[in-house]
Amino acid sequence: MATVSLKKLAKRYGNMEIVHGIDLEIADREFIALVGPSGCGKSTTLRMIAGLEDISGGTIDIGGRMVNDLPPRSRNISMVFQSYALYPHMSVRENLGFSLKIAGAAKDDMDRRVAEASAILGLDELLERRPSQLSGGQRQRVAMGRAIVRDPDVFLFDEPLSNLDAKLRTQMRTEIKKLHAKVKSTVIYVTHDQVEAMTLADRIVIMRSGYIEQVGTPDEVFSRPATHFVAGFIGSPPMNLHEATVSDGKLVFSGGDSLPLPGQFKSKTSAGDKVVFGIRPDDFYPTGHGLSSGGETEVHRAELPVSITEPLGNETLVFAEFNGTDWVSRMLNPKPLKAGDRIGMSFDLSRAHLFSAETGKSLRI
Amino acid sequence: MKGFKPSAPFLLLLPAIIVLAAVVVLPLILSLYSSFTPFRLTRPETFFVFVGFRNYLSILSNADFWWAFGRTVLLLTIALNLEMLLGLGLAMLVEKATRGQRILRTLMMFPMMFSPILVGFQFKFMFNDNIGLVNNALQSLGLTQDAIPWLIEGRLAFIAISIAEIWSSTSIFAILILAGLLAMPKEPIEAARVDGCTPWQTFRYVTWPFVMPFAYIAMTIRSLDVARAYDIVKIMTDGGPAGRTELLWTLVGRTAYSDARMGMANAMAYFSILLSIAFTVYFYNKLAAARAQIGAEW
Ligand SMILES: Nc1ncnc2c1ncn2[C@@H]1O[C@H](COP(=O)(O)OP(=O)(O)OP(=O)(O)O)[C@@H](O)[C@H]1O
Ligand SMILES: [Mg+2]
Repeated sequence: MATVSLKKLAKRYGNMEIVHGIDLEIADREFIALVGPSGCGKSTTLRMIAGLEDISGGTIDIGGRMVNDLPPRSRNISMVFQSYALYPHMSVRENLGFSLKIAGAAKDDMDRRVAEASAILGLDELLERRPSQLSGGQRQRVAMGRAIVRDPDVFLFDEPLSNLDAKLRTQMRTEIKKLHAKVKSTVIYVTHDQVEAMTLADRIVIMRSGYIEQVGTPDEVFSRPATHFVAGFIGSPPMNLHEATVSDGKLVFSGGDSLPLPGQFKSKTSAGDKVVFGIRPDDFYPTGHGLSSGGETEVHRAELPVSITEPLGNETLVFAEFNGTDWVSRMLNPKPLKAGDRIGMSFDLSRAHLFSAETGKSLRI
Repeated sequence: MKGFKPSAPFLLLLPAIIVLAAVVVLPLILSLYSSFTPFRLTRPETFFVFVGFRNYLSILSNADFWWAFGRTVLLLTIALNLEMLLGLGLAMLVEKATRGQRILRTLMMFPMMFSPILVGFQFKFMFNDNIGLVNNALQSLGLTQDAIPWLIEGRLAFIAISIAEIWSSTSIFAILILAGLLAMPKEPIEAARVDGCTPWQTFRYVTWPFVMPFAYIAMTIRSLDVARAYDIVKIMTDGGPAGRTELLWTLVGRTAYSDARMGMANAMAYFSILLSIAFTVYFYNKLAAARAQIGAEW
């Protein structure tokens, strides 16, 4: 039973505040992904939960117990560090078994758990080596292994897969998912790879310069981003976001082009409002080549010039010029296009987003 | 000179070889040879009397020599261990300091800046039974009524010398261990804390193995130093009282210059060098092992 709850959690270095009183309730056995741009305070938050960093304000509860003043060893957590943090003087086997040895585990129990972890992570051939004799990816796997040999209440992962190659990363992602299903611990997983966050997490926490922007399931943060920042951060390629002014049932962009104001926002805006219009590449597509071609309720069509294309095999990213800039669209069942072609594009406005230009908050409810 | 054409590199190195031979090799050979003679400075002709291993044999049965030998080993053991402990403590304290670390590091090196002779004089003064600082302080604090005969009683004198040795050289350990602590990556320590280590366990299993090679470097340096410990003892007690603080090198010095028995002194000296070499080899091996342990790349 290990819920984690952060209340008004803050971190200051001198008089510079890095984390600004964040609140977060994490349920028992939940898999939480913490994402955000570099330097936004993800590692700092994680380290405060681990007890490696003093807390400047607020409280952290683990399993209903306030842990602010407990040393890391009393919090029953295990952590994978961004920089591996392996013990350089110990073999891989000793690294894996160290926490068990400290806890005074029996020899055969220890051997069994180390063997299990090394089998999951494919470390069997490396057990007698030292960290200095391993590649970056191998070190990262040892670091993972060191965390999973134990049976902690909470796992803390700080970008554990960032140094693996694409194939290994996908493989390890699956392993982590399996592992979570098996061990039933709470997991807090820092990553800047949104695919990892989307595929692994029950809920995603998006942070930006020390604030939490949104907490929600992968589907929620993808289809109902609370802010302009989240909209741009989640999704690949990112959402097209452009400033516009509401005027007389229309959105007028800075370059002079305009789109009809989507119906759902009519009652929420008034003429003269400055807004940010957002549309995902999936909802802006060459007519007839979209996800929901045919079933849309509110489509705006326009003939636009193609500036470049990025073929990806099963689909092509088409950059079409609108309002003087490139808007990225996703073309399914692609047909060959070349720069300069004019092509009929559909804007599925029922799925578009509108954010207040001032606060960045979504105008969708 | 037909047929003998020395190569150019040899010719170019020749001056260096000659100088080295003159100032190092020749004295070495002469002193080694003299250790096989009953050579006395007062009777030069004895230089040419070859007596084989007689000097060495008489050393083996010389109680004074063995006392000095044992005392030297004892001093080495006590001084090195205490210096390492104190140096480690000092280094860890300084490493913790968040402010003024540079100043502290400089202060820490102070004892190294003094000549051992000066250190000897200073401690001789401090341990003086009448006017010394130590007795004065002890008496003022009411810890003792009597003047403690620091440099007069054999065992106390040995302690006083050890203290002077330790004071003057702890900083070598402190500096080297501090270098180790500063070079150490911080993440493994954090990992250990998360893995459940108490501060002591963190030190025992993570910090210490990393710092150990640095301690062994200091040990190696110091083992050479202490095995030739001379100046501080010479000044503080001159081996006295009644030879109770006589170390190998003060004994060698006395035999050579006071007794003028150069042959015998050289034999003792060669014997003592074996001790130095033994200590150095020992610590060097430890160092190599410790380096391999942490996978050091230096
Ligand atoms: N000891 C420190 N003193 C002052 N500022 C610090 C300190 N440690 C971290 N910071 C600052 O705190 C902010 C958050 O750092 P943190 O490591 O949590 O970022 P992050 O979100 O993990 O980024 P990344 O994705 O690059 O790992 C950064 O702007 C960093 O410069
Ligand atoms: Mg980080």
